[in-house]
Amino acid sequence: MNIDSIKDGVVIDHITAGKGMKLVSLLELDRDDVSVAIIKNVHSRKMGKKDIIKIDADIPVNLDLIGYVDPGATVNIIKNSVLAEKKTIGRPKVLTGVIRCKNPRCITSVEQELKHVFLLRSDGYRCMYCETKAAEEQ
Amino acid sequence: MRSIIDVLDLSTEEIEELTACAQDIIANPDAYADVCARKKLATLFFEPSTRTRMSFEAAMYELGGHVITMAGAASSSAAKGESVADTIKTVCNYVDIIAMRHPKEGAALVAANNATVPVINAGDGGHCHPTQTLADLLTIKLEKKRFDNLTIGFCGDLKFGRTVHSLAAAMARYPGTKLVLISPEELKLPSYVKRNALNPAGVKYTQTTDLEEALPELDILYMTRVQRERFFNEEDYLRLKDRYILTAEKMKKAPEDMIVMHPLPRVNEISVAVDDDPRACYFKQVLNGKYMRMALIMKLLKEAGKI
Repeated sequence: MNIDSIKDGVVIDHITAGKGMKLVSLLELDRDDVSVAIIKNVHSRKMGKKDIIKIDADIPVNLDLIGYVDPGATVNIIKNSVLAEKKTIGRPKVLTGVIRCKNPRCITSVEQELKHVFLLRSDGYRCMYCETKAAEEQ
Repeated sequence: MRSIIDVLDLSTEEIEELTACAQDIIANPDAYADVCARKKLATLFFEPSTRTRMSFEAAMYELGGHVITMAGAASSSAAKGESVADTIKTVCNYVDIIAMRHPKEGAALVAANNATVPVINAGDGGHCHPTQTLADLLTIKLEKKRFDNLTIGFCGDLKFGRTVHSLAAAMARYPGTKLVLISPEELKLPSYVKRNALNPAGVKYTQTTDLEEALPELDILYMTRVQRERFFNEEDYLRLKDRYILTAEKMKKAPEDMIVMHPLPRVNEISVAVDDDPRACYFKQVLNGKYMRMALIMKLLKEAGKI
């Protein structure tokens, strides 16, 4: 299967098979002013199957969100049709504005302007304010 | 700008320093009577409190300082919907240090992140209450003369009881600490406290529902109130509130040198008859809280270069 190469844009590679569509949605790439190709179930020697997202526009992507949803994904920045930068994501130590604290006793439940910040602890992500554990990403 | 949100923001060396300072205040109160002269403390209390607010205020007055109080969210701009951040940015213009209580967990961190003066967390919901723990630690130091090799029984609401979580985490840093966790099944110590505070330090703990059985092995019994305000369901509260009541009769099973602590206020969990027992230390804790707040206010103002 061939997808045209992109000149200036972003390729999110090594996405766990099945998470491509979700990432497109969470990264708000399902809008009508950007060309996006979602390639599902691509054969991978390392992963067996993987998804790939190609974004034909030089737009910023939320690396924290990608790292939270799929820490094994890689982000390739393409400039003038060449690979300018390759980033392996991993699990970010701090997640800002990616997930919301569900604890009704947390200060974030009443202060709407407060950013929801989660810190990576030994047992997963916990709210910076109330230490409530975030639901595990599926 | 250093603030104290959690008792673990203080190292064990700093705890020693604060308890030593508090003991010196007890021995030489006149030497501290003007240490904070012309300095102002704001006590911002967004939820009801008797002893903590008055303790902070008494502490500042005994250091020669002044106090500005906001007691109750209804009398503040919070009732108009003002954010914690905006309230703090405003109050910082008036005072040198802030003690704040708020019903929501994490409110103290929001305050500290927006403050230009030190903030002391005077309780943020069920989360942290570091100065209560400092009061507890001074009481332990004065009564047991040490922090290490103590067996502490926590009894009652170990799930929502922030004082239990804080003191357990603070004591976990000392060698030989053993905990006996006495609670109904529904109010057990949360697993994250065990995982984050007890297990990494290798603290030995046992869990039981039987207070009387646990008593003979304890150096310290830390009783807690089942807090109505932490329950969303009144039925659960009513079912659990009188599960443990310490009586003079039960105290006969406790060692002669065991001490009884309680963060107060008490409802039914300690019979008034126990108050006359020399092992009852909960009203001493109240006084010790004032001395530790004096020591902490001085420490933070010194670090901020204000005294």
